[in-house]
Amino acid sequence: MIEAHELCKRFGTIDVLRGLDLRIARGRVTAIVGPNGAGKTTFIKSVLGLTRPDSGMLTFDGVQIGDDDVYRARIGYMPQIARFPDHMTGLQLLALLRDLRGSATVNDTLAEALGLRGDLKKKLRVLSGGTRQKVNAVAAFLFSPELYVLDEPTAGLDPIASGVLKARIQLEREHGATVLLTSHIMSDVDELADDIIYLVDGRVQYDGALPDLKDEMGQSSLERAIAAMMSRRVAA
Amino acid sequence: MNIVMTVARSQTREVLRSRWLTSYALFFLAVTGGLLRFTGGDARTILSLASVMLFVVPLVTIVFATAYVYTAREFTELLLAQPVSRRRLFFGLYLGLVMPLVVALLAGVCIPFLAYGFDDPSQRIMLAALLGAGVALTMIFTAIAFCIAMWCDDRLKGVGAAIAVWMLCAVVYDGLVMAMVAAFANYPLERAMLVVTLANPIDLARVALLLQLDVSALMGYTGAVFQQFLGGAIGTLVAAGALSLWIAAPVGLGLRAFTRKDF
Repeated sequence: MIEAHELCKRFGTIDVLRGLDLRIARGRVTAIVGPNGAGKTTFIKSVLGLTRPDSGMLTFDGVQIGDDDVYRARIGYMPQIARFPDHMTGLQLLALLRDLRGSATVNDTLAEALGLRGDLKKKLRVLSGGTRQKVNAVAAFLFSPELYVLDEPTAGLDPIASGVLKARIQLEREHGATVLLTSHIMSDVDELADDIIYLVDGRVQYDGALPDLKDEMGQSSLERAIAAMMSRRVAA
Repeated sequence: MNIVMTVARSQTREVLRSRWLTSYALFFLAVTGGLLRFTGGDARTILSLASVMLFVVPLVTIVFATAYVYTAREFTELLLAQPVSRRRLFFGLYLGLVMPLVVALLAGVCIPFLAYGFDDPSQRIMLAALLGAGVALTMIFTAIAFCIAMWCDDRLKGVGAAIAVWMLCAVVYDGLVMAMVAAFANYPLERAMLVVTLANPIDLARVALLLQLDVSALMGYTGAVFQQFLGGAIGTLVAAGALSLWIAAPVGLGLRAFTRKDF
């Protein structure tokens, strides 16, 4: 669904993406993992058109991402930091997004599942960080998009909410949606991801199916598999 | 168009509830009310109000707008991730700052005038000119604020730059004009001064306003030159035209920076 070829991005003197080559397959959950500063968020922002790559190719369904804006109607985005205007309520936020999308049909079952009904009427400012993150998740799942782009979706959520969100991600996948997520929580990635892309310093270190990575490294958990891969690289 | 107004409306509702904006409106309410009480609502009221406005409107607008654009940065990213063009979003966010600032200004100035009542029709024209200048300055300095916030990623530096721009236009400029006049006292400076006036939106608004109010004693050097060379009617037209350019240029630059920015 998304294809990157030789994607480069430099911020000032720092090369954030150094020739990224990867493919994100339709109908699968792809996790992008890697240390801080590896370029995960920059790649995600490039997919959304928030950041313009310096060179290379980045396509969504075969069409170069660039001047056109309509492709974003097919994407639901959950940013890493949920900061909203001070006086806005959850309901006002959802209404604004609906107006911007011009979408008549919304799917707010996630709000129900996360137990947000009452909180949506309150100002977002007075909600706790975790509750705001729940609203953030509801906003991403509101329009039943083809592609979900989730930047650290479970960070800051309590175990129950995190479980609800993961179940929802799996449900959407079963219904044919594509999911692209980043996370530092390896158990979550282990649980959710079909494919894994490991980024280090703006380059792809590993790109493949999650079970293959574990087999290759002879490890049962993802955390150990990645540790094994890193030490093998250092040795080589 | 629809998307521009959707964004503008949502942000206007938000900004109107900020304490800063309430204080801004209350400030003009108090100043206008006080001036009407003390001067009795004649031309002096408008003139005193004009000098307060020329000073305060650019300052509050540029600092408030710059700080707001930085605060709204993450939310702007969320909006940019929707299927909306950056161009429309820019105009929505821009109008979403101009509209509440204008509402606060108009409310602060008009309510005391309406309560006090004024029957002289020439005064209505003067008040309209004054409010027009206030709206133009709000549009100009909001656009400059957008440019600053797009060019500079550091919030603190950005707000500092905003204050510096205001200082330059409101304070340093007058000193520079005086220095220039003193240094080149033996040369004909009139044409040069015309150009200098056009370079500062606050001075331009002041001259446009004073030409309208027809009080040459208060025009200062640049204003007197304006009147002498261009006359009242043409001078007003030139000043208004230059003010429009002053709105269009930073709006254009801000739009360009916004559409090219990496968020």
